[in-house]
Amino acid sequence: MLYNAPHPLEVKILTRRFHLENSASLDTYLASDGFVAFKKAYEMTPEQIIDELKVSNLRGRGGAGFPTGMKWSFVPRTSPKPKYIVVNADESEPGTCKDRVLMENDPNQLIEGILIAGLAVDAHAGYIYIRGEYRYLIEVMEKAIAEAYKRGYLGKNIAGTNFNFDLYVQTGGGAYECGEESALLESLEGKRGIPRIRPPFPAVAGAFQCPTVLNNVETFCSVPAIIRDGGAAYAALGTPRNGGTKMVCLSGHLNKPGVYELPLGFNLLTMINEVGGGIPGGRKLKAVVPGGSSCPILKAEECDVAMDYDSVAKLKSMLGSGGVVIMDETTDIVKVALRVMRFYAHESCGWCIPCREGTTWLRKMLQRIVDGHGVPSDVNMVNELAKNMLGRTFCPLGDAAAMPTISYVEKFRDEFEAYVRKNPIVSSELVSVG
Amino acid sequence: MTFSPELEARFEKLLNSYPPGRTRSAVIPMLMYGQDEVGAVTRELIEEVAKRCKVTPLQVDEVVGYYSMMHRQPQGKYHVQVCTNISCMLVGGAELYEHACKKLGLGHKQTSADGNVSLEEVECMGACSWAPAVQVNYDFHHHVTTEQFDKLIEGLKNAV
Repeated sequence: MLYNAPHPLEVKILTRRFHLENSASLDTYLASDGFVAFKKAYEMTPEQIIDELKVSNLRGRGGAGFPTGMKWSFVPRTSPKPKYIVVNADESEPGTCKDRVLMENDPNQLIEGILIAGLAVDAHAGYIYIRGEYRYLIEVMEKAIAEAYKRGYLGKNIAGTNFNFDLYVQTGGGAYECGEESALLESLEGKRGIPRIRPPFPAVAGAFQCPTVLNNVETFCSVPAIIRDGGAAYAALGTPRNGGTKMVCLSGHLNKPGVYELPLGFNLLTMINEVGGGIPGGRKLKAVVPGGSSCPILKAEECDVAMDYDSVAKLKSMLGSGGVVIMDETTDIVKVALRVMRFYAHESCGWCIPCREGTTWLRKMLQRIVDGHGVPSDVNMVNELAKNMLGRTFCPLGDAAAMPTISYVEKFRDEFEAYVRKNPIVSSELVSVG
Repeated sequence: MTFSPELEARFEKLLNSYPPGRTRSAVIPMLMYGQDEVGAVTRELIEEVAKRCKVTPLQVDEVVGYYSMMHRQPQGKYHVQVCTNISCMLVGGAELYEHACKKLGLGHKQTSADGNVSLEEVECMGACSWAPAVQVNYDFHHHVTTEQFDKLIEGLKNAV
């Protein structure tokens, strides 16, 4: 089901079946171009499939934005080892709730995307790793998979071809870290979700130490449309190097928050004021987190930006996973910083010391500032500590905690200093540090 | 240890879902589904999962300590989870959690004396665009106001 009304400015590629009755059923899927792309891909060579993806400018929708065609081309197709397709459905980035909608309303689109990936890299088995909290979606996917097996769209001789593929659903156990690709693979192998050292990358040694294509749900869901209508048509929807549409999850201070499908390069202010229905009570925009809590914050004056990977990167932030969090003028940025850091401190897997200790100390310092016990030097110390975490961990969680924190302090320093000034010890000038 | 026929069937399917010799992969799903039936990740469940997945009990135990959805002690029959992460916080999630604490007379990760209800302040559960969100066991509730929360709790009490 849909949890918010669609918007006329949406460009419906991935969501094109959402309005249909029983959109999750295989019959509906087949009646609306379902498995057309798979049959077309079956007639293509693996190189042609990958070339089509390269032309489409599809970039990884989980947050990193790595070109998907290139990622698939790294898989050594002639390796004697079995190859695997792994779907990252561990959607846990705060602000992000799009994979849920994609799986719930059109699970067969995901299955078809996985099968095309299988054709492209000669894989014959796949796993959809779904976060434990999404138990109902595990049921949705299991039902869709069972129906696909029954009707010959999974298993042996898929859709009358010579291609075989088995697909399984794996539940997570509640860990943000398992959304990181190498930690996800550890979890899939029944272990604690701690990141692996790379290289080797999953394309060479992924699931069960075999070559693996690992992408986000939305990335796989984009593949059938690319093969069906051609990579060039998909690329033309977005901006140069940023092909296609992106699911955006608008949340926070908005009249009409929701998940919408918009072309890449869509203006952020239009997204807020038109698609999201503007800010309640006519209040002013203060800041936006453009792609989930790991992304540096944008001040209101930076928000006249095209939402694609490259344009947001120019503002030293990230398009990330599409979790756009809107904050109006009443928002307390220091409290936001604390809440976000509580999250990272809780979710750090503890493997790398800069992340494990860094997130905990940042949480403690930010708590102290919010509690009114901060001293002037705390503001710089938060910033310095965060900067010292950057690039010093095996996986991006350390950076994901540090980068937004640096942006909060550097862009809203006056708010942090105002908290410190409220400290009675500081205001009586007994403390002169800083 | 014996389980319901449905769970036995699921375990059987799980153990056949991985490449040969990779039954360790079934540890997390077996713990998650086992916990739902047993009520908690008990010592007995850990040993049973270890036996079936052909790993040591320690290899299972270390996994239990890592994943936040696994619990060694039983939770309430209705496990009420309130999200206070960024998107929910901006639209009243923190106040909703405070309200939940008062309404239920419980704190973070506490269970009522009768074992019916437990409360937890949780991290982002993927309902950001429909915040603030509450999950009761595996069921999502979106745009939850304090009044709706009260109604939800009354409904649970009647269902007990």
